[in-house]
Amino acid sequence: MTSIDPRLLAAKERLSKIKVIVPVMSSKGGVGKTVIAGSLAILLARHGVGTGLLDLDFTNPGLHILLGANISSWPEEEKGVVPPMIAGIRFMTTAYYSGDEPLPLRGKYVDEVFKEILCITRWPGVEILIIDTPPGIRDEALDILTYIPSPRPLVVGTPSPLAIKSVEKLVKVLREIGNEIIGLIENMASEPGPLRLLAKKYGVEYLGNIPYISKMDLLIGKPYELTDEIEPYLRKAVNRIRSFIH
Amino acid sequence: MIFILSHNIISVNGDHTMVHEWALADALARYIIYRIGHDRKNIKRIIVKLGVLQSIDKEILGFALKEILESMGYTVAKIDFEDEEPVLRCRKCGYEWKPDVDVFNDTVKEAIHFVPETIFSYYRCPVCGSRDFDIVKGRGVDITLIEVE
Ligand SMILES: Nc1ncnc2c1ncn2[C@@H]1O[C@H](COP(=O)(O)OP(=O)(O)OP(=O)(O)O)[C@@H](O)[C@H]1O
Ligand SMILES: [Mg+2]
Ligand SMILES: [Zn+2]
Repeated sequence: MTSIDPRLLAAKERLSKIKVIVPVMSSKGGVGKTVIAGSLAILLARHGVGTGLLDLDFTNPGLHILLGANISSWPEEEKGVVPPMIAGIRFMTTAYYSGDEPLPLRGKYVDEVFKEILCITRWPGVEILIIDTPPGIRDEALDILTYIPSPRPLVVGTPSPLAIKSVEKLVKVLREIGNEIIGLIENMASEPGPLRLLAKKYGVEYLGNIPYISKMDLLIGKPYELTDEIEPYLRKAVNRIRSFIH
Repeated sequence: MIFILSHNIISVNGDHTMVHEWALADALARYIIYRIGHDRKNIKRIIVKLGVLQSIDKEILGFALKEILESMGYTVAKIDFEDEEPVLRCRKCGYEWKPDVDVFNDTVKEAIHFVPETIFSYYRCPVCGSRDFDIVKGRGVDITLIEVE
């Protein structure tokens, strides 16, 4: 009999109650994963959907800053931990525990934190779970694809030639293991560009472009204002994700 | 029949007022059932190895584990615990040491209870100051033996 980490057995059970799990992924850094993950979660919650948001960027968590969340009030304990409601969503991050300190982690410890967090976190009322991920195709990404039941990744890129090749590699990996990619978003693009062609090439749904929003820095920490600004560009993605729960 | 098990680590929290142990006991119970199956339901003995890095509450963990297994139709005669002292080893200078968990303040202790790797946020090598050390021993929980009738 093969050995298995007990935490994964518990994690699987907890996650199996959630209808759709959407990791927001990109092999390229700085393309807008965190902004998009946070905004999507808030928009879904606005539609009355029970939404959870999980920051899996352990060494560089950013969602709590985006949401203006107070990380000194920790999740409640109730046969595990239950993430607090922030901006209408159940929000979980390791930043509650690492605070403002650095959290440098070698790969094997990333793996440990992943299993620990998924084992102890409960998601009451959550139908859709959005996950923010760090860039790359490394421990966090592989953990998600290997251990989370039927993840449906949303892939983010920009029109930069540096991003396109990178994103193509991720799409290939997702395709190989048979993941259903929920779609591709082209961020910081004034019009549909090279990522639309990439989406077409791989038969992935193109969920639109988001233009460069010059006042973006002023919207960080103000989740509702941010979402109002970005909503028109995420409408397609929101509807696509919602279509999985009906 | 006795199952000697390989290394499987899980972490638990140790404050009496908290019930975070239940999530971990739940994981252990699922694991035990995964190992012994559904045919033999009388468990004579379980040995749980506890890493003391996180000041584990044996009473709550043991109670929760028994409750969960019983709710799934198993009986549990005895749960024994073995402590494992934490050992850290610095990758930069090679120093190996036993951290004194009591020097941490309560917030840090609790953070480590929930996510043991936050030790990298709050602790550094006492010789060279590096955060690049390994947790050699003493993290989490390890089920080392299950004996069933
Ligand atoms: N459409 C946009 N218009 C203007 N600025 C944006 C836009 N999208 C993201 N940004 C900004 O770009 C930077 C990177 O965004 P973000 O942190 O969301 O990317 P990321 O992919 O999560 O990065 P990482 O790979 O480091 O996790 C941030 O400063 C963010 O405010
Ligand atoms: Mg990010
Ligand atoms: Zn050292």
